[in-house]
Amino acid sequence: MARRMTYRDALREALRDALQRDARVFLMGEDVGRYGGAYAVSKGLLAEFGPERIRDTPLSESTFVGAGIGAALGGARPIVEVMTVNFVLLALDQIVNNAATIRHMSGGQFSVPLVIRMATGAGRQLAAQHAHSLEGWLAHVPGLRIVTPATLEDARGMLWTAIEDPDPVLVFEHQVLYNMEGELAEDAGPVDIDRAAVRRAGQHVTLVTYGGTLFKTLAAADTLAAEGIDAEVIDLRVLRPLDMDTVLGSVRKTRRVVVVDEGWRSGSLSAEILARIAELAFYDLDAPVGRVCSAEVPVPYPRHLEEAALPQPAAIADAVRALLPSGVSAP
Amino acid sequence: MPALGADMEAGTLVEWLKKPGDTVERGDIIAIVDTEKGAIEIEVFDGGVIDRTLVDPGQRVPVGTVLATIRAPEEARAAPEPAVATTPPASGPPAPPASGPPAPPAQVPPVAARPRVSPAARQRAAELQVQLDAVEGHGPGGSVTVADVERAAERHAIPLPPADRTSGMRTAIAAAMARAKRDIPHLYLSTTMDLSRPLAWLATENQRRPVTERLLPVVLFIKATARACAEVPALNGFWTERGFVPGPGVHVGCAIALRGGGLVAPALHDADRKPLGAVASEFGDLVRRARSGGLRSSEMSDATITVTNLGDLGVDSAYAIIYPPQVAIVGFGRVVERPWVVEGRLEPRPVVTVSLSADHRATDGREAGQFLAAIERALQSPESL
Repeated sequence: MARRMTYRDALREALRDALQRDARVFLMGEDVGRYGGAYAVSKGLLAEFGPERIRDTPLSESTFVGAGIGAALGGARPIVEVMTVNFVLLALDQIVNNAATIRHMSGGQFSVPLVIRMATGAGRQLAAQHAHSLEGWLAHVPGLRIVTPATLEDARGMLWTAIEDPDPVLVFEHQVLYNMEGELAEDAGPVDIDRAAVRRAGQHVTLVTYGGTLFKTLAAADTLAAEGIDAEVIDLRVLRPLDMDTVLGSVRKTRRVVVVDEGWRSGSLSAEILARIAELAFYDLDAPVGRVCSAEVPVPYPRHLEEAALPQPAAIADAVRALLPSGVSAP
Repeated sequence: MPALGADMEAGTLVEWLKKPGDTVERGDIIAIVDTEKGAIEIEVFDGGVIDRTLVDPGQRVPVGTVLATIRAPEEARAAPEPAVATTPPASGPPAPPASGPPAPPAQVPPVAARPRVSPAARQRAAELQVQLDAVEGHGPGGSVTVADVERAAERHAIPLPPADRTSGMRTAIAAAMARAKRDIPHLYLSTTMDLSRPLAWLATENQRRPVTERLLPVVLFIKATARACAEVPALNGFWTERGFVPGPGVHVGCAIALRGGGLVAPALHDADRKPLGAVASEFGDLVRRARSGGLRSSEMSDATITVTNLGDLGVDSAYAIIYPPQVAIVGFGRVVERPWVVEGRLEPRPVVTVSLSADHRATDGREAGQFLAAIERALQSPESL
C-alpha cells in the first residue's frame, strides 16, 4: 500500500522514526524547533518530542556542529541540521579537523557517530550564498561518508542507516526536491548507503548523476529515447565512498558516459568520476567522456540566469548527442 | 596483398622469398601467397631494396594490405629518428619589438593528423583484424567507433579459410559470376567458321615439328583472339569507374578447369606478339602450373580478355560470362565436320562456332562483330599467326 507524500514528508517520517527507535537520537540546528526548520522538515517534532530532543541552536555552525561531535563522542546519536551547504563552511574546521579525524587519530578508540543534514543546490532563486553545490568538496575528505538522497525511498531510508554508521555521515538534501511528490510504500524503511542505483536501464550511453539533477537527467533520457537513443541513468546516491563498480559496469556496457553534476566543473566530483573511468575503463570507451556541470559563476539570483547557469535537460541531451554518431539512431 | 582476380578478398602469406636488405627488380618473385585458387607467386611491382616486411608467414590479410616496404635504390636507409630541432644561434642583437601584428610563429613542421579512433574501437579492430587506416569514422569529430569497425569488418569480411580449397573457390567463382551477371549487360554474337584451311596448315606444320612441340587447335584460337584484340582494341581491357580502360597489352586469360572442380584463367602475356610455338609452350606451362600450383600474381590479375574452349567436351558453342573487370570473353565450341556450302556445292568441312560475350557498356554490336570477323580472318591465314 503506497502513500502519496512529499520528499519533505519522507524526511520527517525518517526523523520521527529515528527519534522513536532510539532514545540517544536528538535533532539540533538553527530554527529546527519552534520554526519547524528552514525547509519545514522538522515541523511538529518539537511538540511531539520536546525541547530536550528537538533543540534550537544559536546562529553559529561551528559551535553546534562541534557540540554534535562532542555529543556523539559522549554516546549520543545526534542529528545536526545545517540550514544550507554554504553555511556549513563555517563548520568545516569541526567537520574536517575533528569529526573526520578522531577515529584515525585515536587509533580507533573513539568514533563520531554523527549525522549532519543540510540543504544543497540551486533552483529556488536563493542566490549565491544559499544555493551552491559543495558536496563534492566534502566528498574529498577521508573519514566522512557523503550521501545524497534523491528519491522518497532514500529520503525515508538513508537516515536510520546513517545513524547506525559509527562514523560521521553527511546527508545532502537538494532544495528543489523538498516539494517533490511521489508514492512511498507503507512499509518503507532503512536502505543501504553503499551502492549507486540504476534508475533507468539503457544501452547506448551512461548518464551518471545524483541528487537534484537526477530528475533533469531522467527527463533528458526520455527526450533521447524518442530519438532512439537508449540512455542508462545512474543515481550515485553515495558520493563517498564512490560505488565505481556500478558506474564502470554500466560504462563497459554502453561505452559512452556523461556525468551530470550541479557542482562546478573545475576540481570537482565530476572530474574525479571521469578520471576513474579513464583509469579503469579506458579501453571500453568508444567516445570521449562528457560532462554537464553548472556554469562557473556564483549561482545568479534572476530566474532566467539561474536556469541558464544550471544543468538542464536540453544541455544533457545535447551532450549525449555529441558523443553519438550523427544520424545513427541505434549505434 | 594484390588482388589476384576480381573475386579475391584476402590471401594468406605462405612464405617470403626475399628478406629485408635484398635488392629486387620489377617482376621478381618475392613471396608466395595462398588463395582459393592455390599458391600464387607474388611478383614485385617496383625495383629497389626490401626495407621491411609487414606481414608474417601464416597471416591472412585482406586485399590491399601492405605486405612490405621497398626503398628506391637512391633512398637512404630506413629514415633515422628526426634529429632534435636545434635553435639557430642568435645572431646580433634581438630585433626591436615590432609594431603591428606579431610575426608568425616559427614554422612548426606539419604533424600528420593522428586518426581519431576510440580506445574501444582500437581494441575491437585488433580482435577483428580490421585495418584502421581504411575505416571511415562516424563518431564524434569523425572518430572511428566500435560500430564503424564492425561495419568495416562486415564489408571486408575475410571468409574463414575454407575447409577445402574447392569450396572456397566455388564461393569465389560464385561471387565473381554473380557480380558479372548483375553488373555487366552482356551482348552475345557468334559465328561458325570453316577451319579446313587452318587445320590443313596445322597438320603440315605439325609434321615438321617434334612430337613434344606439336600444336593443338586451341593454340590457334588463342593466337587468333590475341590478333583480333590488337585489331579491335575496344574489347581488350577493363571496365572501371572511369569507363573503359584499354589493356596495357594483350594478355589472354585461358580458362583452365582444375581437377577436383573449379577453374582459373591465368593470363598468357603478350599473346599477340609471341610466335605460335611460344604460345603453345606457355599455354602448356600455364595448364601444368594451374593444376599443380605456382601461378604468378601477374598471371592471376592482369588478363585483358579471356578465352574458354569447351570443344573437348563435345559442346557446340559456349556463351560464357565475362570475368570482371574484363569486357569480353570468347568461347570456342568443338571442331566438327558439317555440311558446308562452298562455291555452290555442298562439302563436308571442319567447322567451329566461336561465341563472343561482350560488355555492352564498353562496346556495341558493331565492334563485337568486327572482333569476330577479325578472329576469322586471323584463322584463315594460319601461316601468319
